[in-house]
Amino acid sequence: MKAALLEVRHLHTHFFTKSGTVKAVDDVSFSVKPGETLGIVGESGSGKSMTAMSILGLIPSPPGKIVSGEILFKGEDLLKKSEKEMRQIRGKEISMVFQDPMTSLNPVFTIEKQMVETIRAHEKVSKKQAFERSLDLLHLVGIPDVKKRIKMYPHEFSGGMRQRVMIAMALSCNPSLLIADEPTTALDVTIQAQILELFKKMQDELNMAIIMITHDLGVVAEVCDEVLVMYAGKAVEMTYTKQLFDNGKHPYTLGLMQSIPKITPNKEKLEVIEGLPPDLRRLPKGCHFAPRCKYVMERCLIEGPDMTKVSEHHTVRCLLYEKTKKAVKQ
Amino acid sequence: MNNLLEVKDLKKYFPLKSDKLFSREKPMLKAVDGVSFSVKKGETLGLVGESGCGKSTTGRVILKLLEPTAGEIFFKGENITSYKGERLRKLRKEMQLIFQDPYASLNPRKVIEKTIAEPMKIFGIPKEERLKKVEEMMERVGLSSYHKQRYPHEFSGGQRQRIGIARSLVLEPELIVCDEPVSALDVSIQAQVINLMEDLQREFNLTYIFIAHDLSVVHHTSDRVAVMYLGEIVEIGEVHELYTDPKHPYTQALLSAIPEANPYAEKDRIILKGDLPSPQNPPSGCKFHTRCPFSEEICLLKRPTLKQVSRSGQMAACHFVKEVVERETSGMLSESAYK
Repeated sequence: MKAALLEVRHLHTHFFTKSGTVKAVDDVSFSVKPGETLGIVGESGSGKSMTAMSILGLIPSPPGKIVSGEILFKGEDLLKKSEKEMRQIRGKEISMVFQDPMTSLNPVFTIEKQMVETIRAHEKVSKKQAFERSLDLLHLVGIPDVKKRIKMYPHEFSGGMRQRVMIAMALSCNPSLLIADEPTTALDVTIQAQILELFKKMQDELNMAIIMITHDLGVVAEVCDEVLVMYAGKAVEMTYTKQLFDNGKHPYTLGLMQSIPKITPNKEKLEVIEGLPPDLRRLPKGCHFAPRCKYVMERCLIEGPDMTKVSEHHTVRCLLYEKTKKAVKQ
Repeated sequence: MNNLLEVKDLKKYFPLKSDKLFSREKPMLKAVDGVSFSVKKGETLGLVGESGCGKSTTGRVILKLLEPTAGEIFFKGENITSYKGERLRKLRKEMQLIFQDPYASLNPRKVIEKTIAEPMKIFGIPKEERLKKVEEMMERVGLSSYHKQRYPHEFSGGQRQRIGIARSLVLEPELIVCDEPVSALDVSIQAQVINLMEDLQREFNLTYIFIAHDLSVVHHTSDRVAVMYLGEIVEIGEVHELYTDPKHPYTQALLSAIPEANPYAEKDRIILKGDLPSPQNPPSGCKFHTRCPFSEEICLLKRPTLKQVSRSGQMAACHFVKEVVERETSGMLSESAYK
């Protein structure tokens, strides 16, 4: 059994706004091992991006604050690090790829300038060495004609190409953890297939861990080893990808899977999850999913369930499964 | 005559600024380049393709929001291509559009009652009737009419899309062009809106042109589907048949690229090399030849035309697909292909 590279324990990230406290991340725990891919799935506002931002120490403060929890990376708690130490870790040990490659690249500098700067910020290498490394990386992610392309500006690249540049930059210091926040959402399916393939290849070559944040269960099925499902700031289910698809337990997970249109000859009406996700400032008492849940019981409206272990490496936050419970410790 | 809409060899070119100062030749962006299809009353035609393939432009030209460069559009058997002014305005009552972005398509300074009533106001429907219809329509699309005095920012994305749908329905149109109606919505909300659109279609006998890049959504909502690539239709046919037995190499690659929500699926994925070429300077011959795994010399030289590839009327534009001739065709696309 490999030791976990990253372990997040009972993370709570809150935003203190004029109209009330928003519990963007509300008791989330998970771990990632080297060479593995963890998917975090959820709808907008479920707290998946904020979980990533918390790991990276990028929560805008104020109004945001990590209220409690631990983020252990290679055994050290990132929450205890100074901003200066975090800057050394971000981009080198942990790097990230965001959804929109246009806004994450600087439009007034060439790709060369941006890549060389990233590398030199973290490692003591000459400009020439950094340039050589940039060429290799761009070649690795499949950009044609690298010598010419590296002199270009971001606007001269297509969406798929820009995302490749972002990935090349994220990989430039051989990170051990890559956090990808909806990396293919803005791209067309054929380009998405290319990029997902690239992630798999890079992971095999560099043995890095990936946290893939997405709302697309198709992408999860394709690339992830384990999945964490989030709803309204809470982790509601976590298990292996295959286990989740075969034997998902949480009513929200099940509803989500049924509401995706499938390519089958008989088209039945789509199963829907009724209602809307709750306003995070006015969360319902008890289970956050209760107002939309098909199996809602009276207890659900009063008691908030804990993460319960249903089988080896499968935890669910739902009262339906708490009868057999031994509430999971840690 | 049961075709509600028929489009023949439709073209839409956008003029670009010339790079050369005194050049006479104006470069053109060929957004839609010779598209023909027809839609029957009450059916849904899906238009799919990657961004920049011309699917939205096609939708807008049909609604005459853009003037076509060439080609003809028939609506209920009438050639509407050259309609202008008052005649066009009357026609607009019959054709409506649902937009992709539920945030940008509603006026933030108007309460939604006004937004939904606006089309009726333009057509001079008396106020009392307008207000009644707004309430009726709001309830029908799953909004409480109690909320009619609210502003768009007070609604969620899914609710705003319902407002957009209500607005497009108040004039009781026959044809609705839906331009990515659910792609901005979360999965659980997306299913709600799709179900609503299907219910409304049955209830009002609506005809949809459903433009989307999400192939599984299109499969669910459409009866027939047309696959576009760089302004051309490369394949068209009954939706399930086309998805299970695609003939054109581009359709094959596109369909194989859908990530399937099944961790056990072992797919022979066709990964296309490179990006979509620029429509400003499209490749010669078959426009797909630069990325096609089967391309040969003929593909560089000659542009393929749509030919029938199955008995049920599936058609593909590729030099290497086998033509299936059912019976003597008169050469008219609509006659032979869409029966």
